[in-house]
Formats: sequence, structure tokens, C-alpha cells
Amino acid sequence: MPATRRFVLSLALALATSWLMLAPGASADGVLRLGNATEPESLDIHLSSGVAEANIQRDLFEGLVAEAADASLIPGAAESWEISDDGTVYTFHMRENGRWSNGDPVTAHDFVYAFRRGLDPATAAAYAFILYPIKNAEALVAGDITDLDQLGIRALDDRTLEITLKAPTAYFLDMLTHHMAFPLHKASVEEWGSAWTRPGNLVGNGAFMMDEWVPQSHIKLVPNPYFHAAEEVSLDEVWYYPTEDEGQELQRYRADELDVTYDIPADQINWIVENLNDEYRNFPYLGVYYYAFNTTEPPFRDNVGLRQALSLAIDRKVLTQRITRAGEIPAFSFVPPGVPGYQQQVLEFADWDQAALNQAAQALYAEAGFSEDNPLQIEILYNTSDNHKKIAIAIAAMWKQALGVETTLRNEEWKAYLASRDEKAFQVVRAGWIGDYNDANTFLELYVSDAGVMNDPGYASTAYDDLVKGAAVETDPATRGQMLQDAERIFLTDAPVIPIYFYTTQHMIKPWVEGWVNNIKDVHPSRFLSVGDH
Amino acid sequence: MFGYAVRRLAGAVPTIFVVITISFFMIRLAPGGPFDQERKVPPEVEANLAAAYHLDEPLIEQYGRYLANILQGDFGPSFRYRDFQVSELLRDGFPVSMQLGLAAMILAVTLGFLAGSLAALKRNTPGDVAVMGLAMTGIAVPNFVVAPLMTLILGVWLSLLPVGGWGGLNHAVLPVIALALPQIAAIARLTRGSMLEVLRADFIRTARAKGLSEGAMVTGHALKAAALPVLSYLGPATAGIITGSVVIEQIFGIPGIGRYFVQGALNRDYTLVMGVVIFYAGLIITLNLIVDLLYPLFDPRVRND
Amino acid sequence: MTELSLHEAVSPPRSPWRDALTRLLRNHAAVGSSIILVLIALACVLGPSFSGYEIDAIDWDNIQTSPDNRHLFGTDGNGRDLLVRVLIGGRISLALGIAATLVSVIIGVIWGALAGYLGGALDSLMMRVVDVLYALPFMFFVILLIVFFGRNPILMFVALGAVSWLDMARIVRGQTLSLKHRDFVRAAQAMGAPTGHVVRRHVIPNLLGPVVVFATLTVPQVILFESFLSFLGLGVQEPMTSWGVLISEGAESMESSPWMLVFPAAFLATTLFCLNFIGDGLRDALDPRDH
Repeated sequence: MPATRRFVLSLALALATSWLMLAPGASADGVLRLGNATEPESLDIHLSSGVAEANIQRDLFEGLVAEAADASLIPGAAESWEISDDGTVYTFHMRENGRWSNGDPVTAHDFVYAFRRGLDPATAAAYAFILYPIKNAEALVAGDITDLDQLGIRALDDRTLEITLKAPTAYFLDMLTHHMAFPLHKASVEEWGSAWTRPGNLVGNGAFMMDEWVPQSHIKLVPNPYFHAAEEVSLDEVWYYPTEDEGQELQRYRADELDVTYDIPADQINWIVENLNDEYRNFPYLGVYYYAFNTTEPPFRDNVGLRQALSLAIDRKVLTQRITRAGEIPAFSFVPPGVPGYQQQVLEFADWDQAALNQAAQALYAEAGFSEDNPLQIEILYNTSDNHKKIAIAIAAMWKQALGVETTLRNEEWKAYLASRDEKAFQVVRAGWIGDYNDANTFLELYVSDAGVMNDPGYASTAYDDLVKGAAVETDPATRGQMLQDAERIFLTDAPVIPIYFYTTQHMIKPWVEGWVNNIKDVHPSRFLSVGDH
Repeated sequence: MFGYAVRRLAGAVPTIFVVITISFFMIRLAPGGPFDQERKVPPEVEANLAAAYHLDEPLIEQYGRYLANILQGDFGPSFRYRDFQVSELLRDGFPVSMQLGLAAMILAVTLGFLAGSLAALKRNTPGDVAVMGLAMTGIAVPNFVVAPLMTLILGVWLSLLPVGGWGGLNHAVLPVIALALPQIAAIARLTRGSMLEVLRADFIRTARAKGLSEGAMVTGHALKAAALPVLSYLGPATAGIITGSVVIEQIFGIPGIGRYFVQGALNRDYTLVMGVVIFYAGLIITLNLIVDLLYPLFDPRVRND
Repeated sequence: MTELSLHEAVSPPRSPWRDALTRLLRNHAAVGSSIILVLIALACVLGPSFSGYEIDAIDWDNIQTSPDNRHLFGTDGNGRDLLVRVLIGGRISLALGIAATLVSVIIGVIWGALAGYLGGALDSLMMRVVDVLYALPFMFFVILLIVFFGRNPILMFVALGAVSWLDMARIVRGQTLSLKHRDFVRAAQAMGAPTGHVVRRHVIPNLLGPVVVFATLTVPQVILFESFLSFLGLGVQEPMTSWGVLISEGAESMESSPWMLVFPAAFLATTLFCLNFIGDGLRDALDPRDH
């Protein structure tokens, strides 16, 4: 059997030589070493869905629109664009000096090819919905139409790209920075098939190209000489390390083996603030941490008062200041602050002190028919994690002290937890949601009544549905914003979920790393970073 | 002996087949699938994914397809690391794990045996207590405490050794020691125990009565006999090093295959888990065979029949 | 003549168990260790009632604080008193450690001794079963246990026992292989003693050495393995805890909050040292050739 023999031979060879390949990058000027949480599931722009993958893809590729160091939108592969008056037709003009890493010019056809591949049902791209604002995109993925030419994207010539949307979409340009909207070099993707992302095969139009990829060890990038702004790129090497364990990541950082960490170990925050505060970066993130009720079953079905009671009885200030301690913002609404064109919705009791909140909670609890002799007995489901455990313990204690609720805690590993969530095998489940783009819709569309399993609580409100779905096709931005805000108000009043806090991101950054700008998307393209003398 | 070895290897085939079959169905019965994520995909996309990986076929068909593939050496693509084939991941990771494991095993057997023999010869003296006390820390303190502690003191505070990564002798020092410690302790205890028994045994008394010097007697007779329980322990020791490597590789960021055991299960990466299971089954069976073949060398009365 | 028969000729016969007990009591290390172990067990059972804190009582003003007058062992990341948690956790760890080890010893010794003694095809089959169980992906076994039987605490035992007896069986088989060629076993066989009798009366007592040593090695494995099960959702559930869980939590913050690691680890280490001395003492006391 030739395959087996080959396998054994290559194994023997690898055994002998593996030693040499793996030496990690040493600390030096111009060398940036980043902790990146996990080994990528794939670097194929259409097959990945995680943040760690997106970080690497952002360095290897560039979309029509790119992100600056502060995540604001700047011209990317397209140097300029026009939007039609009705907001549905975008015309992009490609750069003349746009080049792939093998010297080939970047053309509008590369984007057409990539978008079609991304929306092809055979590709089975998990994040295809990012491109749904484009005309016929959703129908294509669903298989309702099969003719790729009907997709609302076409190349008028090599340097002009026209995209037609289904309806005006305010956040469309922001969505174009997502890796689903990157171009692809057709010849190499077709030549190498599923191996097109390997070093030597991968052709990208970003500021960097791939030099080495040793699974579970590192991914090494070097500058792309053909990049249109290559002279602005100051790094010589970028190393990405899969640092699964945050405690160990911090230790490697302290031993000067990493320049930037992906995260920090939550239980060492106090120590970090006391000893390494200058290197600690903490900034709000577009995400919300919350508990969802199962409103399809008792005791939470048709029981708004009880749900509100449990929400009020949580002392979010104590939780974020003493338990999680990473600068999280207590959340009394679902859509995080900082979304452009959106007024954060907050119910009136957000300003009350906890004593008053507890009193209100106790009244609602009693109204719902519970008391010391008849306490509510519920279970919180969460996925295994020290952080989730500490929060659940604290919340259970708060519910006990304020109301007398008896709570049991149940943890499951990730996949089992997802399965339980899908089957609604929970009473209260811990969840978190990070926005896919900087708009309220990515948060609110979760809870329309036909959203399927994404709608954890099983919330069904026609008023809410009408507002959210209506907003999706509304052309006037001000009206649209108002509709979404009204929808969120209804949602918060019905309390199918308990928003707990808005996320923050935490990183440790060595003093010799320059160009890092905190932003709500936590996006830091390596092309704007530099490593100085040290 | 050759016939015995051949028969054992032949017997290994049905064993591995049973392992493959049970594992295959066990893995797929667990809740959740490899492509389950928080952000749900549209049903059409889900259907396409399932079709591409044959997950929509009846289990028996998937099983048959899998068997046919591995007989041709194709372990399939990893479900979680979709840009790589399982055989590539194993081929890249196994040499690393093997270097780490072998070094730890050699260290454990050498130091453990030495420590245990020394302690037995100096029984009930302070030397005995000191040696065994030190050895015991390997068992009393778990590896997920020892490893970060060592990296903290030697890597972060004193900057003597690197904290993470793999690719040079100084990267190997801490992980090998951390991996070997529990086994050093176990082997030391087993050696001491069996050495004590042997030293009291009849044939040793005979040798002493015949006037053989202490040194010659020890090396000649005692060591060999005392080594027998240690030999039996080599199987569990290897298993211990394999499971220990799961933690150690994660803590030190070493690109071996240890983590695929746990990560593979948590990710429901069916093909990768099967690949690792088959690999390790082969390893364990081979190792047990070697140990069984070595028995007669240490105790001539044991015959493999 | 052996020393024993000489001794018998001079004074009346004594029960071998009393002999063993006397020998054991003369072993200072074993006696001392037993006393310490009993003290630890008493502390775990009775201590929490004297403490004034509940296992899940949160001291909101003292979260992750170092030991002081109010909290002798400090507090954990949720502000719970660590002393109470270490003691109550000890109940679980001690009970689990000893019970699960006993189960694994019983199954492992019987399986390994039979396989080694009977030899041939039966030995082959029995050890192949061990090999297969060894090779199966353990995590899936646990996950499936949870799926089919829920979060039963009995399942924790099943999972722990299912894994630990394999090593014991292998060791015992190895020892049996060499034992079965010894003179006294051959003699018993020649006299026509049935297999069960030979195994029970001659083989197993001579296995005690490695078995006792290995049992004392199994206890810490079991205790720490339970914390791994908690990760999968099968081990002890909050607010209940165990030394394994406390040590994993403490290991995460060993630099910033060393007390969270030091106290549970010290209890575990002390218990293990004691068990080892007791084990050694037991083996010395029961060793038939020492008479």
C-alpha cells in the first residue's frame, strides 16, 4: 500500500528533522510575536468563523475597504467608490498598483470570483450571511437560484466593480472589511484545491505573506513586497502563536517570549494592575454577556414579573468590580454602547441603587407567587470556564440573599452545552454575543420569532418582529434607527434575557510595540504596528 | 520467542479492529457535532457541510467508508483543522511527542530505579527517607502545578530557561522533567519495594552465605529480580506519560499530538480522534509485546508460551 | 527448619493477623501516619461545624484575600472561606480516593492474577480486553455516561474505577507470571490444590508488595482525575468541591494568591505521604517471608 509506506517513511523523516523546524521567533527589532488563542480552524476566508483566524487573514488579504489602526474605514483594494442616490448600487474603483503576492495585478474579477465562491452553496460558508445585503445572495445560498450571474456583483472592467444591494444598507461598507468579502487569486485556489492556504501556495493581496505554518506551534508572516503600501510596513516578521492557556500565555509574555497577548487570566487581574499596569490594555468590546430564560416552559413562560425580579436582583456593579474586575460595563440593555447612529436604550431603574432594586425585585417575586416557604428552584447552565463559574456562583448567591431563590449550577463542555442550548434543555443559560458588524441589527435580529435555535429564550413578539424586520428594509437611517430602538425597548420590557455586562478586551502589550490603538472592534492590523529598539 | 512475537502481532489486528469499531460509534454518539457553533448556519449550508463530509449517511455506511479509507492509509481530513489531513497532523506532531515522551521515560526509569535501589540498600536510614521523600513529591504534587511553578521560577523570575515552544535543548528541559516526575516517584517506590523483598529472599541469602561481595551480589542478582515489577510498570508508565503529555504539551505550547486527545474530543473532531486512537492503540500493543518479550530476560523462570 | 516452625515449637501458636498487627504497631512511621490521617479525616468531618462559615457563603468584602483573623486560610475567587472548603472538599477526596482505589484494587487483582496464573489463551484474551479498554478514548466514555445516565454521582465512581483498574491488572499479571513458577506454588499444585485455592492462598498474598505500593500511587491519580471529570461536568458540582478542584483553581493564580494553592495542596500531599507510610507498613507487616 503505497500511501501507508509513504506515511511511514515521511514519519521517519519528520522524526529526524522536526527538531530544526520549530524554533520560535526570538525577541528582536522589527519582529512582532502575538499570542493568538487557538490554532486556526482554517485560513480559507470562506471556511473560518473565528477571531483568531480573522486576525491572520487580515494581514494576508485586503478587502475593497480596509481598517486603519483605530478600525476606522479607509480605502483598501479599492481607492475610491461611489454610492448611488438610492443607496443600492456601489461602484468601486480598484487601485492601479494593487498586486497579489506573486506580482499579479488585483482586479475586479478577483472579487467577483471570491464573492461567488463564498455564496456558492457547495462551499458551505458559515458566515455567508455577511454578504446577504447583496442582491440575490441569500437566494443563491438557499439554492433558490443557481445561476451565479444573477448575484448582484459584476466587474464592469478590470478596475471597476459594481455591487448591487437588495436594499440600502447603512453598515455595508463596514461589512466589506469582513474576511468573507476578501478577494481570491483564482489561479492558485484552483490549482492547489484544499491545500491552497499552505505556505508557498497561498497568494494574498495583504501587507504580509505566509512564510511558515507549523500546526500547534506557530504561523510566521513576512512582508509582501508587492503590497501597494509596502513602504509603510515597518515589521520584518509577524509570528502568531496558538496560546490556548491564558496563564501560560502571560508567563511567556513575562519571559519576553511574546510581545502581545490575546487575553489575560481573569484571576490575575489584581496582580497585573498592581505590577504591570503600564502594559495592560483594557477597552470596551462590541459584545454583551447575558443569561437567557427558557420562556417556552414554566416557570418562566408568561411570567414577565418573575423574569424582571431575577434581573433586578443581580448587583451588576459588585459583579463587575469585584468578581470579573476587567473593566466590564454593567448592562441594563442588550445593544452595547458605541454603535453609530443608535441611542442606547436603558430602562428607568438602571440608576437606582441595589437596595431599591432588591426591593422592587422582592415585590415582583412575591407577586409571582414565591416566598420563603415556596422558593423558586432553578438551574443555571453554563459552559465549562472558570469565569462563567465564578459569575454563576455570585449570581446564585445574590438571588439567594435578595429573594431566597434556590439555584443549582450545571456545567457542560462546549459541544454538549451547544446541544443543550439548541434543544432548549435549560431553564437559565449563560450566553454571550459579539457583534458581527457595528450595527444594532446584529444583536436584535437574534430574537425575531422565526430566528430558529439562535433565539435562545424562544421569544415571540409580533410587535418586535414587525419593527426589526421593517427596519431591515427601511431606507431612511433616522427612521430605521428609531424602529430598532423601539424594538429593543419592547424586548427589554419583556425581559426574556438578563443582560449582565458589556464585554471588554484585555491585552498585555510590551512597551516597545508602537502603533497599537484601542478600538471597539479590537482590530489591530499588523501593517500599522512596529517594534522599536529593545 | 519469534513465534510468540508473530502470534502476538497477529492477535493485535483483531484488537485494533475492535478498538476502531467501538471508538467509531462511541464518538458519534456524543451530543453535538464537529461543525456546531454558536452562530448557526442556514439549514441549506448545514446540509451541504454534512454532505461534503458524508455525515448525512447512515452510521453503518460511514463506518464502512472509514474502514475502506484507512486500509488505504487515508485517515481523512481533520474536521477541526480543515486545512490539514489527519495523517499530516499526526506525522508532524508524533515525532515531537515521541522525543518528549522517550526522554521523560528514560529519565524516569534511570532516576527512579537508582533512587529506589539506593533507598532500599540504605533502608530506614535518613538517606532512605530523604530520597523517598523527594521522590514522593512527584506524586503528591500534580503536574499542572509543578509545570507552571517551574516555568514561573526558572523561566519568568530567573530567566534561565524558555517558558514555551519547542525546538532546542533548552526548550526540552522543563517539559521533560515535569513529565517524568510522577513516573520517577512511582518507579522509585516500586523499585524500593521489590528490592527490599529481593534482598531478603532465599537466593540472596545463599549468595551471601557463599561469600559473594555485597556489590557483586546486588548487581548480579538483586537488580534483575527487583526490576521485574518495574518492567510490568512500563506499560502503565507509558500510558501515564501519554496522558501527562496532554497537560504538559498544552502548558509549554509544544506541538505534539497529546493535546489532540482532549481537544479532539471537545471539538468532536471525529477523524482526528480516530487517528490518534488508532495510533496509540498500536503503540500500546507494541510496547506490551516488547515488555512481555523482555520478561524472560529478567526472570528466567517466566516463559512466553 | 524455618524460623517460624522453631518458634512454634517453643510457644503456643498465635493468629497471623495478630502477628501482623503487632508488627504494624512497631512501625513508627506507619503509626504516626495513621494518627495524622485520622486527624485529617476528623477535621474534614467535624471541622466545618466549628468554622462559622458555610461552604457557599460569600464574603463580598473579602474576595480573594490572603489569610487573616477572619479567614484562616484566606478566601477564594468568589469570596468563600477557604478553610471550610478545604475541609469539606477533603470529605469528597478522601472518600473517593480510598473507595475508588479499593474498587480498582479488587477488580485489578482478581483480573490480573487470574490472567497471569491461568495463562495461555485465557490470559491472552483477558489482557487483550485490557488493551482495548486502554486504547478507547476515555473522554467520550465519560461524555456518553453523562448523556445516557445524567449527572449521577455514582457515575463518578464508575468512570474513575473504569480507568484505574487497568494498570493494576497489568502489574498484577506481571507479578503473577513470575510467581507461578515459584516453588511453593508448584508444590501446592503438585499436591492437587484447586486453582482458586492456589490463587487465593498462595499467589495473592505474595502479590501484596507491588499491589500496596501501586494502590498508594492510585489514590492521588483518582483524586486528581476527579477534577478532570468536573471539567466535563461529571465531577462534584458547585458549591460542593474537592481537593482536586481546589488545587486546579489555585494553580491558576499561584503567584497572585498562593494560599489558594498551598492549603489544599498541603492537605493532599500530607494525606499521600501518610498513605505511603501506612502502605509500606502494611506490606512489611503482612509479608509472609518476613516471619
